[in-house]
Amino acid sequence: MATGIRDKVAILGMGCSKFGERWDASPEDLMVESYVEAMEDAGIEPNQLDAAWFSHHIDDIGAGKGGTPMSIALRLPNIAVTRVENYCASGSEAFRGAVYAVAAGAADIAIAVGMEKLKDTGFGGLSPTNYGTLTPQIGPSGSAPGNFAQLASAYRAKHGVSAEDLKRAIAHVSVKSHANGAKNPKAHLQKEVTEEQVLNAPMIAEPLGLFDCCGVSDGAAAAIVTTPEIAKSLGKDNIISVKALQLAVSNGLENQHNSWDGSYFHTVRVAAKKAYAEANITKPREQVSMMEVHDCFSVTELVTMEDLFISEEGNAVKDVMDGFYDADGKVPCQIDGGLKCFGHPIGASGLRMLYEMYLQLQGKAGERQLSNPSIGLTHNLGGQPANNVCSIAIIGALDS
Amino acid sequence: MSDVGISSIAGYLPRLRLSKKTVAQANSWIAPNLMGKGKGTRSMANWDEDSVTMSVEAIRRVLGKEDDRSHVDSLFFASTTMPFVDRLNSGIIRAALTLEEETECIDISSSLKSGTTALIQALAKVKSGNSNYSIVSASDKRKARSASSQELDFGDGAVAIAVDNENLIAKYINSSSLSIDFIDHFRQPNEEFDYNWEERWIRDEGYLKIVPKAIEELFSKANISGSDIDHFILPSVFPRVDQMIAKKCGINPENVVDNLALSTGDTGSAHSLLMFASILEKANPGEKVLLSSFGNGSDVILFEITNNIKNYKPEQTIESLLNNGVEENNYMKYLTFNDLVKWEKGMRGEQDRKTALTTLYRHNDAIMGLVGGKCTKTGTIQYPASPISVSPNSPDLNTQEPYKFAEKKAKILSWSADYLSFSVNPPNHYGVVDFEEGGRIMVDFTDVEKGDIDSGMDVKMVFRVKIVDEIRGFTRYFWKAIPV
Repeated sequence: MATGIRDKVAILGMGCSKFGERWDASPEDLMVESYVEAMEDAGIEPNQLDAAWFSHHIDDIGAGKGGTPMSIALRLPNIAVTRVENYCASGSEAFRGAVYAVAAGAADIAIAVGMEKLKDTGFGGLSPTNYGTLTPQIGPSGSAPGNFAQLASAYRAKHGVSAEDLKRAIAHVSVKSHANGAKNPKAHLQKEVTEEQVLNAPMIAEPLGLFDCCGVSDGAAAAIVTTPEIAKSLGKDNIISVKALQLAVSNGLENQHNSWDGSYFHTVRVAAKKAYAEANITKPREQVSMMEVHDCFSVTELVTMEDLFISEEGNAVKDVMDGFYDADGKVPCQIDGGLKCFGHPIGASGLRMLYEMYLQLQGKAGERQLSNPSIGLTHNLGGQPANNVCSIAIIGALDS
Repeated sequence: MSDVGISSIAGYLPRLRLSKKTVAQANSWIAPNLMGKGKGTRSMANWDEDSVTMSVEAIRRVLGKEDDRSHVDSLFFASTTMPFVDRLNSGIIRAALTLEEETECIDISSSLKSGTTALIQALAKVKSGNSNYSIVSASDKRKARSASSQELDFGDGAVAIAVDNENLIAKYINSSSLSIDFIDHFRQPNEEFDYNWEERWIRDEGYLKIVPKAIEELFSKANISGSDIDHFILPSVFPRVDQMIAKKCGINPENVVDNLALSTGDTGSAHSLLMFASILEKANPGEKVLLSSFGNGSDVILFEITNNIKNYKPEQTIESLLNNGVEENNYMKYLTFNDLVKWEKGMRGEQDRKTALTTLYRHNDAIMGLVGGKCTKTGTIQYPASPISVSPNSPDLNTQEPYKFAEKKAKILSWSADYLSFSVNPPNHYGVVDFEEGGRIMVDFTDVEKGDIDSGMDVKMVFRVKIVDEIRGFTRYFWKAIPV
């Protein structure tokens, strides 16, 4: 019987570049920016790193394939560098690789770096992705917003929510994230918006308007992990440890089997249950202090509140409108601005979420610091509602 | 020898009908002479329709919804606008309709009389006993230059006919065919548009001399005269030519069948047969139909309506097709759909759309015929089929039998209207549809406008162009959903 990851691995240091339209920065610049901060935070030298994981989604407009772009950019001492790619959950995948290496005893100290350079395409939004040779012949010619927007139609049909009520609730999701992002100097988008602005924005994919979609950004984030014992030996106190790491991957059921109703994320529910069990959380609505979820689109965040078992099924609209997830709410969500405003450099996003939770747990989140958070949850989703990977991580103070 | 003839016939017209007034007015500054043609409508294919897809839809109406189509032993496809010069176009249609591989597929092209030529060939094949049941389909989507006469004269459409030796609604009597190198227009393979000669010469030396010659030959063979003809069919874009020929051949001018010029326009190879379909809906037993065409000669075919016509109830009549069109007053949309303007497709339109032909062949039934799988153990229906069943509690290995989705009803589960992804007709509608017997597919919706669809709505599947690979000149086909 697996014992799980709880308290076996500590976060030694983290770093995150400024996210945004980094016209001036190369993939190497972004990686170095996050790496230098993480290494300074960890207080170690490069020769203390045993292994590295590199997450990068769209290699043809970024740094290219393989582990070499990271090894060369950071001039690592010829250690193992594994490039991982798992859609938009790639950053969490790099973290998982590094954490598992330490937990296995294969590495004393491991580093995970996620980077994406999206603004070299010449147009707004994500570049179209290739899905092999069969899917393009049978799948619709869609986009990410069009795929996620379908949640709205199915959710409305299932729960009998009017188009107007849902549109207003998802607008509130974005208004909240903009308010949070305005307090984050590293965020891509740092301006507050009004509900009226969100509701009247140009349509991207019905019912998602421009402000229902996250920023498409350049950026990088890094995490250095080790055992709690080594962290202590390096003089660290106030140690933040990993409580749970779960990954659930679609097996085609949503896309092919009529049992899925299109209104929720099957994988999120699977991963959440396992993550709570691994972290010994029995009442997530009470025990989770704060969350960074994969708000690629406002409607994604809304239904995710139910899939993470924070809101009861069918109740997310009410909780959102009640301010339950606002900065001053019971479970603040996207306190750093989320993908919506911090931005979404794909390969970096999972690590960026952990970065905010890590800062908050250490009381280092500046103007947006919450009072005494103890458990932080990150939810990093890749793919689309009908076909995706969901990574959930929970971190908190060691032995808490 | 048993009788041969027609047991079923169906037409297909695209949903949109372009207002000719709109076109004529838009071009009046440069072509004021065309204002006189600015009356009525012409059928206008969606951007994702071509002669093959329209033909598939027409044939589906003849064949019905039965999975078993093994009785179709021959398929004749006639068109002057086949999407491929070298790839069996009727073979594409066969694959889409999941006809047997043994079905003989024949392309007949190169002349506007190809539709009637195909029909004569099919009748001969069944008459000779070399076929028991042949499908003839004629279809055209002709391109014409902006501000040309042809732009207003042409229409897009298809027709399908079951040539049979039983259950005949129209019995074949006789035919004649003339092949004459009279060049009223021509088009070589790499040319987009026809080159046309003077209309008066085409009328006087072409139609008025060649068609009567073919008719007289048939009258002589069949030992009848013009006064025996109850319905005379001759497509022509020239006003009153049909009347003039009727008069010349002793046919009562009142028996000239309406050429649908003001509703569909001239649908090329399909048009004689489309007019035939329109009159069969109104014909009475014993009446004689003279079906003729013009194009590098002339074909003339004589049919006699049988008693079965009284019980003949087509799934969709030509009359209902004509009534159910949606008038389109956006000339720019027509120009864009037909690639007649250089329009900005954006960077998303630059994506390489190469089709892996190996994959297409490996999954030919799934892609072309929308065939999925049904698990013999659990009954789970899925698309596409896979080695291991998608059934959540029973991942059985190699238990799936082919299951056809194309004719099954479905409902919309989820959808969106996407303004971001590349589309020739934005917003790009797509979503998940659930089939009534089980199984689901995330598909593109077509023939819809903003606000047309919602969750729970009934849809059916149609065979359409999925993408056009402009780099390599390849049309990729797949199935899409349209509201019922």
